[in-house]
Amino acid sequence: MNFAFLHKYAALMHCYRLSRALTPWLAGASVLLFAWGLVGGLLLAPADYQQGDSFRIMYVHVPAAWMSMFVYMAMAVAGGVALIWKLKIAEIVSRACAPLGASFTFLALVTGSIWGKPMWGTWWVWDARLTSELILLFLYLGVIALHGALDDRRAGARAGAVLALIGVVNIPIIHYSVEWWSTLHQGSTVTKFAKPSIHIDMLIPLLVMISAFQCYFAWTLLVRMRSEILAYDRNASWVRELSREHGA
Amino acid sequence: MKPFTIIAAVVRREMLRAVRNQAEALYPLLFFALCVLMFPFALGTDSALLSRVAAGVVWVAALLASALSLESLFRADYADGTLEVLVVGGASLPLLGLGKAVAHWLLSGLPVLLLSIPLGLSLELQPALLGTLLATLALGGVCMSLIGAAISALTVGLRGGGLLLAMLILPLYIPVLIFGASATANAALGLPVAGELYFLAGLVVLALTLTPWATAAALRIRMS
Repeated sequence: MNFAFLHKYAALMHCYRLSRALTPWLAGASVLLFAWGLVGGLLLAPADYQQGDSFRIMYVHVPAAWMSMFVYMAMAVAGGVALIWKLKIAEIVSRACAPLGASFTFLALVTGSIWGKPMWGTWWVWDARLTSELILLFLYLGVIALHGALDDRRAGARAGAVLALIGVVNIPIIHYSVEWWSTLHQGSTVTKFAKPSIHIDMLIPLLVMISAFQCYFAWTLLVRMRSEILAYDRNASWVRELSREHGA
Repeated sequence: MKPFTIIAAVVRREMLRAVRNQAEALYPLLFFALCVLMFPFALGTDSALLSRVAAGVVWVAALLASALSLESLFRADYADGTLEVLVVGGASLPLLGLGKAVAHWLLSGLPVLLLSIPLGLSLELQPALLGTLLATLALGGVCMSLIGAAISALTVGLRGGGLLLAMLILPLYIPVLIFGASATANAALGLPVAGELYFLAGLVVLALTLTPWATAAALRIRMS
């Protein structure tokens, strides 16, 4: 298969144009998927036999936690690509992922805490999964700090990439924490080599919500990338042309 | 040059610097001792309480002493341009990183390990737990020096300096801390500690094989 059509996307101008083209569609898809997922999860899915209706926060908590790990891996992989092949666009993806991932992690921790209070009777417990997710938040904040600490944007992105790659070891710890330690947090129900241990009527809205969060992430990532691209290429003629067009 | 010769040269240079600035070399140890000694003041002198927290307190103080002593690892070389000469001149950066980590352990990790005996006992640590505490601190200290060298190379000379370094490195230290502390907790209950020690040893091996390359990448990024 010939991938030569991708080569032009090493140039930031083409990535900017691609972002402009894709974001309206991703925004529309996100809205539709959120609507479907929220109606399915909050209204249509049957109430849990043990937790009643308060399990429905799962439809925000699980996708947020899923995204927190997914975005970290995206940030680390993009960072690795930036370090090895020195591609600017990889640095930009890595830089843009960090605040988004941190937000998802924070959302997962907060919704988990809100869910835990009625279910477990406590806002927080120092079990393996919660602790490792909290460490993930601090890793994200560290990467964001490094991005800002170096004056040169490119060096900052690459320094953050090194930290992100060192911290990748935390992701399997989070994911397998519920298997390796006896934890209060429930075990794997979806990503396991067996039939999911969740009823299909509850599973479908969950999968839709995960897709909605993925679309939302893609949308916001591309929007963030646009401002990073403009910052990277601020002296290029296409950027100056663009700012003239927009009357800046 | 053979790798061992390079590492030995780096270690020797750090030792010389330590001998010439003996006061500065003692700072990690004094900080470690002070940190540990804060706790009886804060928690009161109840023997039962202190002996339960002794191992954990020693561990946290060792982590903080390691994190804060890392700032000076590359600082002097960065300030006088030696680091730039080494990077641009084609020196073996992974071996430089490894040598710096070894030197940091010899100057900070090893003395902390030895000091933890009297300090731990001063916190009413049960003498039977001393063996486990020392084993975990020995393995953990090596890990901390190795990871610390990489992050120290990443943040050398930045605004925010030591605190930025500490903020970046403590989340990476937490797995080491978890296994070290749970080993001593298990030992206090009479449970086997082999699992935790093996995991710590595994972390050491992982750090030993991968962090020199991270340090090299960090130095190249900073000196670009």
